[in-house]
Parts: sequence; C-alpha cells; structure tokens
Amino acid sequence: MLKKLVEFKIGETGLIKKVEGEGRLRRRLFDMGVTPGAKVYLRKKAPLGDPLEVTIRGYELTLRKSEAELVVLEVEDAK
Amino acid sequence: MKRFALAGNPNCGKTTLFNSLTGSTAHVGNWPGVTVEKRSGTYKKLEEHVSIIDLPGIYSLSPYTNEEVISRNYILDEHPDCVINIIDATNLERNLYLTTQLLEINVPLIVALNMMDVLDKNGDRVDVNALEKKLGVPVVAISALKEDNLDELMKRAYEASKSPREGKTIITNKDVLHLIKDVQIAFKGKGVEDPLFHAIKLVENDELEVSNHKDLLPMVEDFKKTFSDDTFGDDFEAIIADSRYHYISDNYASVMKRAETPEQKDVVVKTSKSDKIDKVLTHRVFGLIILAVILFFVFHLTFSEDLFYIGAIRGAAGLEEWAPSFEGSIYEGLFWTGGGINSPGVILFNFFDMSFSAITDSLSGVMSANLGEELAWLTGFVCDGVLSGLFAILGFLPQILVLFLFFSIMEDTGYMARVAFILDRIFRKFGLSGRAFIPMIMGFGCSVPAMINTRTLADDKERTATIRVIPFFSCGAKLPILVAIAGGMVMHFGFPHPDLIVYGMYVLGVIVALACVLLMRNTTLKGDAAPFIMELPEYHWPQFRSLMIHLWDKAKHFVKKAFTIILASTIVIWFLSNFGWNWMYIGEMEGSILESLGQFIQPIFTPLGFGAQLSVAGWVFAVAAITGLIAKENVIATFSVLAAVFVSGFEGTAEGVEEAVIMIANTGITWQGCISFIAFNMFTIPCFAAVASAKAELPKGQFKWTLLFWVVASYLASASIYSLLNLFPTNKIDSETGLIISPYYDGQLAWAIPVSVSIIAICVLSVFAIKWWNARKAKEAN
Repeated sequence: MLKKLVEFKIGETGLIKKVEGEGRLRRRLFDMGVTPGAKVYLRKKAPLGDPLEVTIRGYELTLRKSEAELVVLEVEDAK
Repeated sequence: MKRFALAGNPNCGKTTLFNSLTGSTAHVGNWPGVTVEKRSGTYKKLEEHVSIIDLPGIYSLSPYTNEEVISRNYILDEHPDCVINIIDATNLERNLYLTTQLLEINVPLIVALNMMDVLDKNGDRVDVNALEKKLGVPVVAISALKEDNLDELMKRAYEASKSPREGKTIITNKDVLHLIKDVQIAFKGKGVEDPLFHAIKLVENDELEVSNHKDLLPMVEDFKKTFSDDTFGDDFEAIIADSRYHYISDNYASVMKRAETPEQKDVVVKTSKSDKIDKVLTHRVFGLIILAVILFFVFHLTFSEDLFYIGAIRGAAGLEEWAPSFEGSIYEGLFWTGGGINSPGVILFNFFDMSFSAITDSLSGVMSANLGEELAWLTGFVCDGVLSGLFAILGFLPQILVLFLFFSIMEDTGYMARVAFILDRIFRKFGLSGRAFIPMIMGFGCSVPAMINTRTLADDKERTATIRVIPFFSCGAKLPILVAIAGGMVMHFGFPHPDLIVYGMYVLGVIVALACVLLMRNTTLKGDAAPFIMELPEYHWPQFRSLMIHLWDKAKHFVKKAFTIILASTIVIWFLSNFGWNWMYIGEMEGSILESLGQFIQPIFTPLGFGAQLSVAGWVFAVAAITGLIAKENVIATFSVLAAVFVSGFEGTAEGVEEAVIMIANTGITWQGCISFIAFNMFTIPCFAAVASAKAELPKGQFKWTLLFWVVASYLASASIYSLLNLFPTNKIDSETGLIISPYYDGQLAWAIPVSVSIIAICVLSVFAIKWWNARKAKEAN
C-alpha cells in the first residue's frame, strides 16, 4: 500500500518509492539519504506535533510535515 | 607548506580531529567574503610542517548551505595537497555519500575512519582493507577522541599528497556514463579543471553548474530527451543520487560486520542509551517543561545574585542571623549580594570588576600624587578615558564565557538539535526555523555570542532577520538602565512596583522583536521558512578539551575587539566630555564639547519625550543615549557624572537609582518620557561590540540596512510608546500642599493623539506599500 510519510503513524516502517517536490528542497532530501529504496521508520513527532523524527540509513533525521508530504512510501507490514 | 583539508559530515568528529592534530596552534579567521569561519592550524610531526584546514561540516557538495559552497569552492579552487575525508564509522552509509562525490575531484584523497573505539565497544567491525580496495584510496582507522592512529593517518596522507590523483566516478549506468563522458570532454575542451566533477554536477542539474555553463546545457538537454529510466524517467537528479546510494549499499554491506544476528541487522529500530535519553528530553508533555527548566538554570547560574534563592528563602524563614561572617570582609562583594550567594558567573564578574577597580584606583592615586596640576588631564585620560572604558567591557567577558560554556555543552551533547526540533512549530509561525530560538535566548545574556551563534541558520534572510532583533532581547548591560530608571520613577512619581516596569520592558522587547521578524519576513526579507531537514545526532558526553578550545577562541576574539574599536571609541567620548570648545581640559561634562553636541541633537528626541520639552539640563538624556552606543553601561555612568554637577558633593550609588531621581527632578522629564527613554535604549543601535559582531556576521550588503533598521525601529517604537502613554497622564500630587510635584508639560495630550495616530498610520501604510510593490514585481517577473 502506498502512503505519504506524513500519513504514517508512529512506529510504522516503509520503503521509499518516490520523492516529489523540486529544486533545492528535493536535492537536500536526496543528500540526506531520502532516496527511493531507503527504509524509513517513523520514530516520533515533536511535542507540538510537527517536525517528525525518522530513522533512515542508520541515523536519526528530522523533517517537517510539509517536507514529509513529498515522500511516498510502500508501507511494510508490522512484524 | 603543504595544505591538507579536512572534509566530512557535521558531527563526525572533524573538530576533535582538528584539535588533536593541531593542538594549540589553531587560529580562527574569517573566510573571505563569506561569514563562516574557517580554521587552520599546523601539524608538526612530519618531516615538514603541514597546514591543516578545517572545512565546515557538510553532507554533500551541492550548493545547499553556505558551508557546502565554501567547502566545495575551497577544494575546487584552491586544490589542497590532500583532502582528508573523515567518516563516522558508526554511520558508514550516509558518510560515504560525500566520499563518492569527493572521489570525482582530481585531488589526492584519504579516508579517515573515525570513532573506531565506539564501534569496538558495540562489537561491530569494519573491514578496513576491503574498504580501501573498493574505494581505491587509502583508508586509515582512527579514533580522534582517543588520538589513536593519528600519526599513521598523517603519514599516509603525506604519502598520498606526493602524487596526483585522477577523479573517478562510481556511476555505472552505461547511458548516463556515456553522457557524463561527453560532457567531460566538452569541459576539457573549455580548459575547465576537474572536468569529471563538473560534468556530473551539470548532468545532476546542479544550480551553480547550470548557471556557470549555460553553453553546455543544450547538449545535456538533448540527451535527456532520448533517455528514459524505468523508475525515474528522465529525472537525473534522482538517478545520480540513487546510484550513489545503491553503490554504497551494494558494496559496503559486506565491509561492515555488525555484532547483532542477521535477523536483528535488518531491524532499523534501535534502543540504545541515546534513545532512552531522547524519550525523556523530547517527551510530548515534559519536553517543553524540561527545556524551560534547563534554560532557567543556565541563566540563573550565570546572572543570579541569589543562587538557588537561598537568600530569599532564608529571609522568608526569618533566619537572617544564619548568614556566615563574610559580611564586611572583602569576600562579601565577591560571593554575597544582599543575603544571597552569588552564582559562578557573578562571582567571576565581581572578581574581575574588583581587580580592575583596584588597579584603576591605585594607578590614579599614584598618578595624581606624582603629577602636577597641569598634568591632571593625563590622570583623567588614563584612568577615566582608557582604563574605565576598557575594564567596563572586559568585565563582561567572564559572564559571556560562562554563558557560552553552557550553550557549548548543550550543543556538544546533541541537546541543541532537539531544542530546535521541539520549538520549530512555534517559530515557523514567525517565518523562522526552530534553530533561531537559541541565538534569541542567548541575547538576554549578551548580543555578541548570540549573533555569532546565528551561523547555525541555513537561510541568509532568516539569519539577517534574527541578527537584527537579537538586541531587542534585553541584554545584561541594559538591565542597569532598567533598574535605575524604574527605581527613580518609583521614588519620584510614586509608582508602587519597580519590578513590574522592568518585567514589562523585557516583555515589550520580545513582542517588538517578534513583530519585527514577522514584518521583515513578509516584506524586505521575504521568503518561506527554510526547510527543516536536519540530523539529530546521538547524545554523547561533552569533551572538556574541545570546550576549552572553543571558549579560548571566543575570548581571544572578544579581547581583540575590546582593544581596538572599543578602546578608540572610549577615548573619543572621554575627550569630548572633558574638553571644551577652547580645546582646554575642563575635567567635567558641563561646558564640554559633548554638552553642546547634546544640546544640538536634543530636539530630535522631542517626539520621544526627552527632547526640547525638558528644562535646560535636558540634554543629558540625549548625551546618555549617545554614549550608550559605545556600551550600554555608559548610560547610567553618564547620569552618575552629571548628578554630581546638579547636586554638589553627590556620591554615586551602586544601582544608580539616586542618580535617576536627580535627573528626573532636574530635567522635568515625565514618567512617559522615562519609559520612552528606556525603550529607546533597548531598541536602538546596540553597543559597539554588538555592532562589530553584526557587521562580521551579516551577509554582504545588509549591514547598513541593519543600522538603519535599528535607528528607525527605536525611534518609531519609543515615539509610539510615548504618545500612547500620554493618553494617560498621571501626576504625583503632594498630599499636604495639593501641588503637583512632578512637572507636567501642558498640551502634551493635544499633540500626542495626532502624532501617535500618524506614526501608526505611516507604519501601516509603508507595510502595504511594500506588499503592493512586491506583488507588482512578482507580476512583472511572470
């Protein structure tokens, strides 16, 4: 099932299928390892609900919901 | 001398390695043109001395942040003799992404596999030889922290620097490679250095490359039309980023041997110590509360004169007699204020303050005893002009360093990144990212370190806006102005709560700051909040050594400034306030050049409430505000000097309250004027040290606008405050005689309303005008 990262629930894992957006923002996402094929685990949300914290390529990355909107993933079944 | 550049991801231990390699030889200098610091030092253990250049931490060589542009340009334009790529061995995958780009440049490269000690502790292994074979460049396993294997690293880097290296790419897609080769040949034909790197970046649609080599674009575009990848279509940016990561994961899974069982290896969810700490510190409910408590303690330990409120508690419990017998001894001023214990920051401040005044006193005693009457000016020059100004500034150094130490610890442990994470949501409403919070809160201590700290902001406009409002977060040196004038107002006008005035002004500062940011981000510094895509590093203990080096850098910077700009300006002010127009030394402000200058500019401040409506002596407020541009401490110091003119035999008081009362009584300033005067000092051009920092930190061309912003903001804010407050005139009436004690300027109300209305109207109109202008420009661009 395809789902945007912003729609993920805490604890869900998925494989990136597509990164939308354009220009520098997209470039930045790529540089930080947010590329198709990478595995993403949504760790938590900030106290006010907005920036998200994910584990990707073995490290912790934070990004806003508006940026998570651009990342489309294939949801992995819970183990 | 050979130059070795250190390149690597942020937080990979680069600075630690730099400090270990160069020891105390490091010096800090500004990178030409760009406001990010470059550090260089010397490594002395090879057959010849080698200069080590510490480049800013970067994730990639694309021009996303200033740091990336600097590192990229340094390597491409300056071609160091060797690039040492530091890689965090605990996070190979992302760190190697930069390595794949560095490989493309024609420069000797060596990989330093750092944090091997942490890896060992986790039981993980990296096959260094296999990695070296695959990359085709030397790989050395080190621990920068434990200083393991550093000599070996440098020896091999030195070897590598002897022979040139041809850039190579890891991209394997035949069609893409074909295009890259074609573009590379075209670049070679143009005589461009590093054709491979430039070719790949151009194919990637890199911003800088596209604008620099427009002529080659058609060739690339033509090719792209004929090309289509199964997954990405003709999205070359994605194809190349993807092929880098593919190459890494295909090749390096075998190099890395994790301690876990194969099943666990795949699980991305780790529960390390770091995660447990994080669970508490970024907790949904407690996260914000913990942040507030930590910040409270940082400021408490730096600025409080009643540590942990012991004095207040003791007073409340009626246990005053329990006070130790320090009272009356020299320790009283050092460790005790009132009944409370001083915080470490205040103890250091007092220590310096006492030593400095002891030096000044003894020197002035010796000088006035030995020099004749004709040379009295010399004593004044040395003691009042040079030393007192210099010591006033240097006296703040310890507190600034203590504040800096706390913030460095927060940064080093990895907590600062979490602070940005927690607060981003709130700050985005004002067009800033969560990272802007730290410089702003530091502003309450001192603007200088706060402005330096804005370097962590990626977006130039965001940075400019933040630097401009930092002085509005009322700093430690502005507090005496607040305390003295609020105290004076209480005594003269009979307000019941001085602390309310002080807190009120602090809050006003924050409100004006946020309003200005909001305004700027919608007008002159327009732009969406910069993206917030940031690594959250693992928590670790701060390293004493790097903290100390950090502090030493800051201290050196500050002292250098104190001895140049600030020294010169204090001498000028001293001269103006002690010499008359006949160029004779008069030794006091009355009749001085400064007085007539003050009288000359006084009318400017009429709409602000401390201009022409005041009596003959009203120029003191104008002069105090001007001397405040050197250092805000000067404001009350000026009051003190002039109070002695009005009341003969007057001796200064510690908090300046008496002085303020004398000023209010003798000039006839209203309470509204007092508030407006405080506001003006809070919002106007900050002290010399802060102005110099702003100049160094602001992007090119923004400094003059920033000065103008401060002048306009302070003038408009104070004028509005004064006019609005004048809608509620209150006077203290003597209960016995029924006479008005405090002077009342007739007709205030009559012009207050039109002035305040027109000021507000002008503000609103100008915002609309700018918005309209922006919209028109945007239309034209379309």
